[in-house]
Amino acid sequence: MKRQTMFLKMITASLLRRRSRMLVALLAIAVGATILSGLVTIYYDVPRQMGEQFRNYGANMIFTPSGSDKLSTDAINKAKGLIDSNELVGTAPYRYENITVYERPLMAAATDFEGAEKTCPYWRIDGEWPSKNGEALVGKETAETLDLRAGDTVTLVYDLEGQTTAAKPSEKAERNQNSLEFKVTGILDTGGNEEKYIFVSIADMESLTGKSDIFDMTELSVSASQERLSDYAEKISSEVDGLSARLVKRVTQSENTVLSKLQALVLLVTIIVLLLTMICVATTMMAVVTERRKEVGLRKALGASNRSIIFEFMGEGLLLGAIGGLLGSIFGFIFAQAVSINVFNSSIQFHWILIPITILVSVLVTGISCVLPVRSATDVDPALVLKGE
Amino acid sequence: MSLLKIKNVSKIYGPLKALDGVNLTVENGEWLAIMGPSGSGKSTMMNIIGCMDKPSLGEVILDGVDIAKESDKKLTEIRRDKIGLIFQQFHLINYLTAVENVMVSQYYHSMPDEKEAMEALERVGLADRAKHLPSQLSGGEQQRVCIARALINHPEIVLADEPTGNLDEANENIVIDIFKQLHRQGTTLIVVTHDPEVAEVAQRTVVLEHGRLVKEIINENFEE
Repeated sequence: MKRQTMFLKMITASLLRRRSRMLVALLAIAVGATILSGLVTIYYDVPRQMGEQFRNYGANMIFTPSGSDKLSTDAINKAKGLIDSNELVGTAPYRYENITVYERPLMAAATDFEGAEKTCPYWRIDGEWPSKNGEALVGKETAETLDLRAGDTVTLVYDLEGQTTAAKPSEKAERNQNSLEFKVTGILDTGGNEEKYIFVSIADMESLTGKSDIFDMTELSVSASQERLSDYAEKISSEVDGLSARLVKRVTQSENTVLSKLQALVLLVTIIVLLLTMICVATTMMAVVTERRKEVGLRKALGASNRSIIFEFMGEGLLLGAIGGLLGSIFGFIFAQAVSINVFNSSIQFHWILIPITILVSVLVTGISCVLPVRSATDVDPALVLKGE
Repeated sequence: MSLLKIKNVSKIYGPLKALDGVNLTVENGEWLAIMGPSGSGKSTMMNIIGCMDKPSLGEVILDGVDIAKESDKKLTEIRRDKIGLIFQQFHLINYLTAVENVMVSQYYHSMPDEKEAMEALERVGLADRAKHLPSQLSGGEQQRVCIARALINHPEIVLADEPTGNLDEANENIVIDIFKQLHRQGTTLIVVTHDPEVAEVAQRTVVLEHGRLVKEIINENFEE
């Protein structure tokens, strides 16, 4: 039999045949590794999870014309193409025009309602989102002024010559105006300026005004870190002519602040858990060494060198660390999944790389924890076994 | 040349002299018994002969080497290569089987060899109990495993500390028979004992009192 085989036989026999004592140490390592692996998983998944949560607070990037011109669909698409499609949650272009309703001057906004639903998930609608042309969403303030409710119809009048002030009925016929009738599908409640507008589809606005492919701005919701968003904005502004990209700082900065604080908290807890695991493992190993002083004395009396004693105890500790790390990486994922589902309401992905990393960290932590107990084992006097203690 | 020569050895702990100018020679293949009351210095003597302690004064020449002058590392090597230890409390590793306990001694000495370890157990009549854990063995059986472990590396000296102290009469006789067999095979035996019956079967007995060798008895009726 090879020496290595005997070495493995001794350390596995020690772990398997002294189950109750070793289970305590294994439990300490496995619990530590579980929390460690779980927290690391959460640490790396938090930006994605929180990013999704923050997208509920609206767009975090805006495209505006860099000169006096309006934005074109081509420019918007080119700019969008520079953003990773996996990170792009939604895009909503906007075009604002002065219109009149019952001779009252108002502001109409054209947008892509599907995109707006994604960039403005906080919009509260009494009724439904418009789903086809000929339907409109009316801001709460305007709806109150015009006494409009969901299901009513409203006619938007656009002055093709650019007259925005209310005209007398006698003059109306003489002026070059275009009008379209819309069905109000919902009343928009945001608590902001949007309540003053009447929202229609882009196609309807083009029919009403006779002008196409012009936009005043585009709102984007991008799930990325502040640093990455800044990089995108810089790249888009420099690469797309006539378009300037900038961040909605109140959203991106608060997102960044919350994220960094949350990550710092997770990191702190991870470090504390590691320290507690080390203390727990060191205490258990110290108890194991104390309990086996007579055995250490015997081994030394039989001719074991200090190096052999260190190898054997370290071997046991590291094997425990590896088993604990393996268990921890499995239970850690379950723990992280439970936290993610309960806190963020979404599941996380399993990262295979975390298994070897958790095992390695667990082995390292156990190794460091074993240093002092194992050193104390080498101090045992072999004469102990002759004293009949 | 004598296998072991102890010259004017003293071991001093503060004001206490555990050994006081002891002189002793043990020849190759000799069977020596050391007797004495508690506190007479028997354990200290065992520790020094077993290379687990060094004398404060004097020389201990084991197989031509003065172990009093050697480093701890060297003493470990000498203990591993030249000495087989048998204990009153058996001191088997409780999570290893009988044969694995024997192989532990091989592991520290050279190379574990299960076949050889089984043969050693066979010599002490325990081949059928080789795969049992110490907790599944009687006291006598445990002591025989301890003897097999002490002999596995063919030591120059077998040092036995009260080897029958925890055994009943039947098992005591078995152990004495094994010692007789070892002596016939030329093994040098040093046995520390309280039991006059165990001392009587030795070739020579020395008596320690207050750290001094006070008596030496040659067994005229010694059976070779």
